Amino acid sequence: MNFSLKNLHLRQGTFLLQADLETSGQVIGIFGSSGAGKTSLLEVVAGLRQPASGFIAVDERVLMDISTRKFLAPERRGVGYVPQDLALFPHLSVRKNLTYGHKPAALSPGINLAHVAEVLEIEPMLDRPISDLSGGQKQRVAFARALLASPRLLLMDEPLASLDHELKLKIIPYLKRIRDEFKIPMLYVSHSPDEVIELCDRVIVMRGGQCLRTSRPGEIFEASTSMALKPGIYDSSK
Amino acid sequence: MTADDAQVIGLTLGTAGLSTLIIFPFGVGLAWLLARKEWPGKSLVETLVALPLVMPPVATGLILLNLLGRHGPIGAFLENTFGAEIVFTWKAVVAAMAVMSFPFLVRTVRLAFEEINPRLEHVARTLGASPARVFATITLPLAARGMLAGTVWAFARALGEFGATILVAGNIPGHTTVMSVAIYSDIQLGQDGHAYQLLGVSALLAFAAILFSNHFSRWGGAR
Repeated sequence: MNFSLKNLHLRQGTFLLQADLETSGQVIGIFGSSGAGKTSLLEVVAGLRQPASGFIAVDERVLMDISTRKFLAPERRGVGYVPQDLALFPHLSVRKNLTYGHKPAALSPGINLAHVAEVLEIEPMLDRPISDLSGGQKQRVAFARALLASPRLLLMDEPLASLDHELKLKIIPYLKRIRDEFKIPMLYVSHSPDEVIELCDRVIVMRGGQCLRTSRPGEIFEASTSMALKPGIYDSSK
Repeated sequence: MTADDAQVIGLTLGTAGLSTLIIFPFGVGLAWLLARKEWPGKSLVETLVALPLVMPPVATGLILLNLLGRHGPIGAFLENTFGAEIVFTWKAVVAAMAVMSFPFLVRTVRLAFEEINPRLEHVARTLGASPARVFATITLPLAARGMLAGTVWAFARALGEFGATILVAGNIPGHTTVMSVAIYSDIQLGQDGHAYQLLGVSALLAFAAILFSNHFSRWGGAR
């Protein structure tokens, strides 16, 4: 995926998000501490916020170009969005959550309910209410729901931030399966170097609403001494 | 219970039901706009809607009388255009009930909308749903219990409406006399026994409505 952000300006009160970058990779991480503007950036890409200026394109597809008044509505952007709180529909069963945005099979070969449910191991819970699921199960249902909308781009907003370490170890392999099996480009927001190294092939580093640099995760984190986990350690949980 | 009593109770239930039906779409629409959108004049509309809650009902009735009367802007328009007379008819009872119960509906339904995590609606949009589909499949079902509770509150408020009603609709037996007005009239005429009978019916209806509303509010909260 080629991801292009040009001249992006979004003001929210005293906070200013600015971005001007071009990068490519299958999974692009957006890394930074709380308040860096990661979620705001993701919401702009999803079409949930309209900036004062800016241009966003994924490969050849322009999602937004304020200078020509082009602004695709969220439902026309072809993005699958997994917010930090997952936002599963509490009044619908797991199955109805999954099929809410599911496109007909002809439009999305390879992505169907049975296959996604099998890959993410959620067949046994299809007819259960959302309130009956554990944290890890909810996580997988949110991933599956986003996948089944056959997105051109997956937007993951710190999907593991609310999980304890043990559960993170269990969920990371599912994210790898999504990456490797469905090959849908992904923007992956995280403040965890371990997750970025584990999942991403490029990373955008943000601070105070600015995109500081883009590079390979290894180039950014190899000097870090604060990492508790070394790359690859999640694989041991398989 | 006499035929006259049954007529009073019937008129009260009918006008309260009709006023609730009339304000429902406007109340839900306004509650959604107040809960989900920012727009110029929002604070002014919020204040105007809340006014009947804090103003003396008789004062609200006086405003209605001036608006709906033969020489008032709305009354003159309705009479000249449709030949419809409002004040001192059952239509004035409905108008008074609608104005007095509208804030109850808007405030309760607005809270129901505000309790819904907006990210649910955002995610639904990214899943390909149009704003109308999001409203129908996510917002409405999640706010349904609050909407029902608000509707019952508004209906219960309409049942008990007195101050604005007596000013704009008067006390014309068989035409505009609703339960609250009949109780007042009975006490004035020294017919206390009859007043207490109507009081019993009135209290029973209000009790049932509030019980119903509270039940659905708790059910919604426990979801």
